[in-house]
Amino acid sequence: MNQGDLLHTVTADHIPEGRKRLGKMLVRGTALLGIALAVWQFAYETGRVSAGFDSWRPVLYAYLLWATALCVSQVLVNGEKGKRTLFVLPAALFVISLVVFPLLFALYISFSDWNLASPRGPRFNGLDNVRQMWADAFYWNALKNMVYYVLAISVEYVIAFGLALLLNAQIRARKFFRVVFLLPLMLSPVAVSWMIGKSMLEVRFGPVSRLLRDIGFEPSFYGSPEVARFMIMAMDAWTFIPFMMIMLLAGLQALPGEIIEASRVDGATGWQSFKEVIFPLMLPVSVTAVVIRIIFKLKLADVIINVTSGGPGGATDSVTSFIFREYRDRSNVGYGTLLAIVYLVLIIIFVTLLLKLVSRWMERPA
Amino acid sequence: MSAIFKDHDADRAARGKWWTSRVAIYAALGLWAFICLFPIYWTLTTSFKLAPDVMRGNLVPWWDFTPRWKGWESIGFSPRLIGEVSTVREEFLKRFWNSTIVSITSSLLAVVLGSLAAYGLSRFSYRFGFMKNSDISFFFLSQMILPPVVLALPFLVLYKSLALLDTLVGLILLYTLMVLPIVIWIMRDQFQSIPVELEEAALVDGLGIWGAFMRIVLPIALPGMVAAFILSLVLCWNEYFFAALLTATNATTLPVMVASQTGSQGINWWAMAALSSAAILPLVIVAIFLEKYIIKGMAAGAVK
Repeated sequence: MNQGDLLHTVTADHIPEGRKRLGKMLVRGTALLGIALAVWQFAYETGRVSAGFDSWRPVLYAYLLWATALCVSQVLVNGEKGKRTLFVLPAALFVISLVVFPLLFALYISFSDWNLASPRGPRFNGLDNVRQMWADAFYWNALKNMVYYVLAISVEYVIAFGLALLLNAQIRARKFFRVVFLLPLMLSPVAVSWMIGKSMLEVRFGPVSRLLRDIGFEPSFYGSPEVARFMIMAMDAWTFIPFMMIMLLAGLQALPGEIIEASRVDGATGWQSFKEVIFPLMLPVSVTAVVIRIIFKLKLADVIINVTSGGPGGATDSVTSFIFREYRDRSNVGYGTLLAIVYLVLIIIFVTLLLKLVSRWMERPA
Repeated sequence: MSAIFKDHDADRAARGKWWTSRVAIYAALGLWAFICLFPIYWTLTTSFKLAPDVMRGNLVPWWDFTPRWKGWESIGFSPRLIGEVSTVREEFLKRFWNSTIVSITSSLLAVVLGSLAAYGLSRFSYRFGFMKNSDISFFFLSQMILPPVVLALPFLVLYKSLALLDTLVGLILLYTLMVLPIVIWIMRDQFQSIPVELEEAALVDGLGIWGAFMRIVLPIALPGMVAAFILSLVLCWNEYFFAALLTATNATTLPVMVASQTGSQGINWWAMAALSSAAILPLVIVAIFLEKYIIKGMAAGAVK
């Protein structure tokens, strides 16, 4: 199995039996300790034992101890090979314990009726949540909105490409413009939702409303569903266009200059050399940037929560903001989690199909 | 292309075209710079306005309104209040401090864990059960698609039983998880661009693989690590969703504080503007001085 190593190491490891046994003992011992603590705490919470801890914190410490012991034992038992495993093991343990366990737990609570506001705990209720979801027009509406939000990326892409081309042109003060164009990405969506959503777009005193009124329109940004959705898209685009722009700019700067020069010599106009040379060469970078942007877009929530909280009538709701309110306003943990799990499944299907579709154009498959 | 003399008709036409394209490029650049800067300018100036200035729509300080410290006084920062004890300032500084600790710690943690994993994956071949290197890579990177909302509610319940709700540690763990895939994505690229021969030479000279990693590879990969760190810092500093769900009073971060004030704004714009400015200023400064690293980090995934 050493075959594929890029960095070959030749070591003659003679690991004494005692050392191996010590390593295995460490792992088993700490695991036993953790399990014992967990069982005891469980017994305490169900009322079978009178003494116990206030929280499950000690179990967490035992788990951390076990994880450390596992890492140490890798070196003790496997020697040089263990040292290699040690590079990946901490990150893997970290992700597994923080993602896989909570996901399994989420799967359990999503099939239960659990309201945090009510005193009793989760109660298994089979497919009731699924049935409720099927009839929940607001959830389907939020999913439909996500489609619109994702489609808006095409416009963002065009603008970002244009800006990248501008920054790549022969201009003065390039660094100044690059910093300025990067700034929106640095701002927190929450601050943006106040700065733009609630003050600049304020109907009475906001500068944009004033401008519109001067031109002769009556400003109303969150009244009609279409305009409100457009405003959310615009704010999100404002923050995230720099992200795509920078990826595309990096792509443009990596293009071989001779090819573009050659197309010029052959008599191509600016537009022709863009359409026939630059754009096809940029396709891999473009696809990568758009795919990453889509992944980020699927998490869109902050701006919506803070500006419209989904209104008017759910027209701007994203799935995340909808579930956020489902929890915040109704403490409906069981149902909210089911919605989230369904969303995750939909995302996985969508992203897998997307990657299948575009991976041959990507720089490297994710 | 027939004429090379400057006064030829074709040449003059070409120069005219050159000038129009110049003007168009700078006009477009200026327009977008305006779009990027105006909201920031608006927030900064509004934080120095009073109610009449807001209602009259004044825009330029010292020209159509006189800057006042009223907005900044509401979070305890003004020449008059700076020497005195101020509860609002304490409150703000606590949130600011929370945000700083959480974002720096989780970015550091993510860079350490992520760099190790990325290095391992770029140099050795592993086999954990059925998973080979590409599967492990995919496992790490696929965390990027995981929407935060899926984890939020289980974590709420889990943290409650672990007494981690409303603590900085709880937030740090989640934020590390959130930025880890991005760090791995950037660092894998960095390590792949470092020639293996360097480490081979180090091994010949008697270092172990960890010694070679620490003494030879890390110093070379340092700029990449800084880029990953700063990108993580930005993401963690701005994170709102988890912070809003999992903190209440003690561990609240700046975005949550900003969001909680927007609800009760009324016409109290100057206070909100001051708070927003204070919340965005650190990252604006980071963007101005460390722009190189941010761009490097984001470009890492895009170009080979």
